[in-house]
Parts: sequence; structure tokens; C-alpha cells
Amino acid sequence: MDSQTILILAQDGLTNGAIYVLLSVALILVFGVTRVVLIPQGEFVSYGALTLASMQLGAMPGTVWLLLIMAGIAAIMETYRLLSSGAGRELPRVLAMTLVPPVAIAALVKICIPMHLALGWQVLLAILIVTPLGPLVYRVAFRPLADASVLVLLIAAVATHFVLVGLGLLFFGAEGVRTPPFSDAQLTFGTLTVSGQSLWVYATSFVFISFLAWFFSRTLYGKALRAVAFNRNGARLVGISPHLAGTVTFAFAAAIGCLSGVLIGPITTLYYDSGFLIGLKGFVGAIVGGMASYPLAAAGAFMVGFLESFSSFWLSGYKDVIVFTIIIPILLWRSLSSIHYEEEE
Amino acid sequence: MTERLLTVRDLNVRYGKVEAVYRASLDVDRGTIVSVIGPNGAGKSTLLNALMGVLASRGTVEFCGSDMARLTVERRVSQGLCLVPETRELFAQMSVEDNLELGAFTRYRRGDKGIRQSLSEVFALFPRLEQRRTQFAGSLSGGERQMLALGRALMSQPTLLMLDEPSLGLAPLIVKEILHAISDLRSTGVSILLIEQNARAALQISDYGYVLENGEIALEGPSSDLANNPRIIESYLGIGGGEEAS
Repeated sequence: MDSQTILILAQDGLTNGAIYVLLSVALILVFGVTRVVLIPQGEFVSYGALTLASMQLGAMPGTVWLLLIMAGIAAIMETYRLLSSGAGRELPRVLAMTLVPPVAIAALVKICIPMHLALGWQVLLAILIVTPLGPLVYRVAFRPLADASVLVLLIAAVATHFVLVGLGLLFFGAEGVRTPPFSDAQLTFGTLTVSGQSLWVYATSFVFISFLAWFFSRTLYGKALRAVAFNRNGARLVGISPHLAGTVTFAFAAAIGCLSGVLIGPITTLYYDSGFLIGLKGFVGAIVGGMASYPLAAAGAFMVGFLESFSSFWLSGYKDVIVFTIIIPILLWRSLSSIHYEEEE
Repeated sequence: MTERLLTVRDLNVRYGKVEAVYRASLDVDRGTIVSVIGPNGAGKSTLLNALMGVLASRGTVEFCGSDMARLTVERRVSQGLCLVPETRELFAQMSVEDNLELGAFTRYRRGDKGIRQSLSEVFALFPRLEQRRTQFAGSLSGGERQMLALGRALMSQPTLLMLDEPSLGLAPLIVKEILHAISDLRSTGVSILLIEQNARAALQISDYGYVLENGEIALEGPSSDLANNPRIIESYLGIGGGEEAS
């Protein structure tokens, strides 16, 4: 292996790693706040790319219909919850909050599709369509189980994953898609050529992670989400609703997934079920971070990216095996070295 | 004329088939400290958790004239109720300052601009918290954690503060400091519903008291009367009756 090959593989590893960082951060966030291991995280990735691809073809993305159907189901569930708890007065407000945004987004997409907007606008539209799917998935699948054990939530997450993959096949078909790159530029540094798309991936990941770091450390809403992750009862006693926190974190997860999808869409062909493996690699990064530490998860995600890239050069048939086998020594290391804070005396 | 803040009538709380609190009725007037004393397992913490909405209950709970029965914990906090539980429920992996700021979460959502001022007031009440403002809550001593739990509760500017065993597990000097702070809060207009096993201290700082035994209110009256009641003296204030508040 010469130095140029190493540089090319490192660049691939860095690009994939940057995506896995985003996904691992989303997984840790969702797990911390809701105790859900978000197996369907990958579906938001494939939905993002497939939604963008549909708009590129001038078609109404299937995710819009999914958004409307899920909003309808959530509205029925909210109606039942409010009426059975004697809080019918709140029904108009809650129904408006559940139904109006999805309908408005669907109408906006319907208006915008014939206009063949520039790629940047279409990316924003894709994020606008996929992001509300996160809170709706939380409302329909996880909120009714909010007090269940982590195992029950995991089973629900696996079931949700299968449902979303099936719906992906229904709405988008079995064909793979590759979306146009954000930039056709090719930058040359000595013997190394870096694609403009890779630079977009690095820059977007950096900006988004920086935003998340600022949000969680500097804003009271970010601190409130962390508080729910650390101590749900304590958070309720200061007036932070765990359900609201769950809704917000699922929105973050869906937005991050969609963003990842539109970023890697031009680099790799994505199918309705491609998101699962991508999400699992983000999960390996999150495991390195003990499902709790964002910096460690980021390091783990880059490690996965490099491992995948270099193993695809030497043993391409076994690259996924190698990436997933690494979980075992990592879990052993984490179990021996993790620090447990005393929550209360 | 005193204004009624909290009215509880015939409150029942069950753990499965066990009736932990049975037909409990009590009142708290604005600007007063009301204590609930009783032996271990009498249902004191259960009573507070039910009033806060943490536990499901049957009966009437009116706060500031509004029925609280169907409100979630979060809604009760925004209405002005605040509970400092026996377990304190701090955010151990967050700094002292973050814990205090989060205490004002509902005020922040309402756009209240006085949060920094409240933070200064809490630091004035508990100077030790200011010294530890960047430390993780989990690294504080027991007494400091109790101060933080109280400070966090005060950051929400509660109308009624409910304290569950604030002296539990603390050294006598720290207990004295905490009880003084609670007593001083009355002058700021905060009403307090205090649950204490340390009956002597509780009756010394409160205006009115209830005795909870086996889930039922067995006795009630002005704290000074209860402190002189032979039955109370025998059961709760005799040898080992607790630390002096001052």
C-alpha cells in the first residue's frame, strides 16, 4: 500500500466517520432522554436521500404521505388520551399542533415540486418533510411505552425499524438512488484529490456538531434535555416534561438522519433499506461512548469510518464483520473502565 | 384575614391493595409553615408525592382555588407548587449553577427576566453554593446537596414549597443551618408544607401541625399546642425526640 492509497482510504474514512459522528450523537441523545435505542435512526437516513431523489424527479415524495398518515394516527391517539383523561378542553389546541404543521408542509411541497427548485432548497424541503416524522414516530410508537423497561423499548424500536423499512419499500420502491453532489469541485492537495462533496460532509458535520455542543452546554433548553437524560424524576420536579423532551430529541434524530442521508446520497447508492447498516455503524460509535459520552462517541465514529475504509481495501467482503466485531472488545473495555457517578445518596 | 392556599379533602393513595394514605384532609394558608409529623411508614412522603402528582390519588386537591386533580407534575410546577423530595433528585452530573438555573425552567419558558437576580438571592442564602457553583452536584456533601435542592426549588419562585425530610441524614450543625433557612423563607412570602421525623424541630419552626399515623391524620392543631400535647411529647418529643432547631 503506497502513501497515496493510504491518503485516499483515510479521506474515505474521514467522510464516512463524519456521518457516523452525526448518527452516534443522535443515538446517544435519544437514548439518554427517552431510554430508546433508536434502531430506526437509519431509516431517517434513507428517507432523507430517497425524499430528495423523488423531488429531483419532480415526484411527490412518499414520505409526505407517510407524514400525513402518521399525523392522522397521532391525532387519533391524542384525542383518545385527552378525552379519557377528562382534558377535552385542550383537544382543539393539541389537534391543531398535531395536524397543522404536517398539512402545511405537504401543501408547501405540492406547490414547490413543479417549480424545480435549486438543490439547496430541495435539501431544505427534504429536511422539513423528514424531521416531523421523528416526533410522530415517538408519539405513535414510544410515548405510550414511556414507563416501560429498556428491553421493551428496544423491542418496540426493532418493530418500528421493520415497519419503516417496509413503508420505505412501499413508498419508494426497490430501486436505489444517487442524488447529485452539492458541489462538482475537485480540490487537489499534492497527490491527493478531495471532492467538493466530501468537503460539504466535513463542513456540515462540523457546523452541526458545533451547534449541538453550543445548544446543550449554553442554552437552558439544551440543559433541560440533558437533565431529563440524567434524572427524569428530577426533571419533572422542575417542570420539564419528559414527553416534550422526547418529542424534541426525536426531531433532532430525524433531522440529523435526514441531513446524513442527503450528504451521503451523492457518494453512495442508497436503497430503501440501506439506512439500517449506516445507522448500526453510528451505533458502534455510540457504544464506544458508552451511550453517554459525546466526545468518545465521536472518536468511536471516526474509528469506525477508518476501520471500514481500510478493511474494505484489504478484506472488502469482511468489512462489516470487522466493524461490528469491534463492539465486543469495546464493551469489555467499557465495562472495566467506566466511572459510575452516584446519582443520590 | 388569612388566605387559604392549599385545601386537601379526603385524599386516598393506594399501593396496590394497600391504602397508604386514607381520607387525609389538611389546609395550608398563605405565608405559613405547616408541618406533618409521624413515625416511619406513616405515609408522609406518599402524601407529598400525591399532592405533587407523582403518585395517583383520589380526593380533592385545590391549590389557589383551582382543582389540581388532573394536572401533571409539570403543570403543577408551573402553577407554583414545588416538591423537594427526600431523595433530592438533583442532576448529579451537572454543575451547581446549571442545577439552579434548571430550577427556574418554567419561569424561563414564561420569559421571566429575573432569573439572574434569583440566582444571586439563592447564593446569598447559601454562600457555600456560590463557592461550588462550577462543581458537579454529585460531588457535593450531603448538606450542600440539601442546600442545592432547596436553592433549586426556590429558583422556581414557588407559592407553596413542600419539603420531605430536609434534615434526613445530615450532621446536627447542618440541620440547624437548613432549618434556619427554611424558617427565614416565611418572611419572603413562601408557604411551606414540611414533613419531618425530627418532630421537635418541625413543630418549633411551623405554625400549624398535623400528625399522620398509619396513613390517617390522627391529630392536628397549632404547633405550640401540639408541642405541649402529652401524647405528642410521649410519642415524638421524648427521649430521642430530635435535634433542637436553634
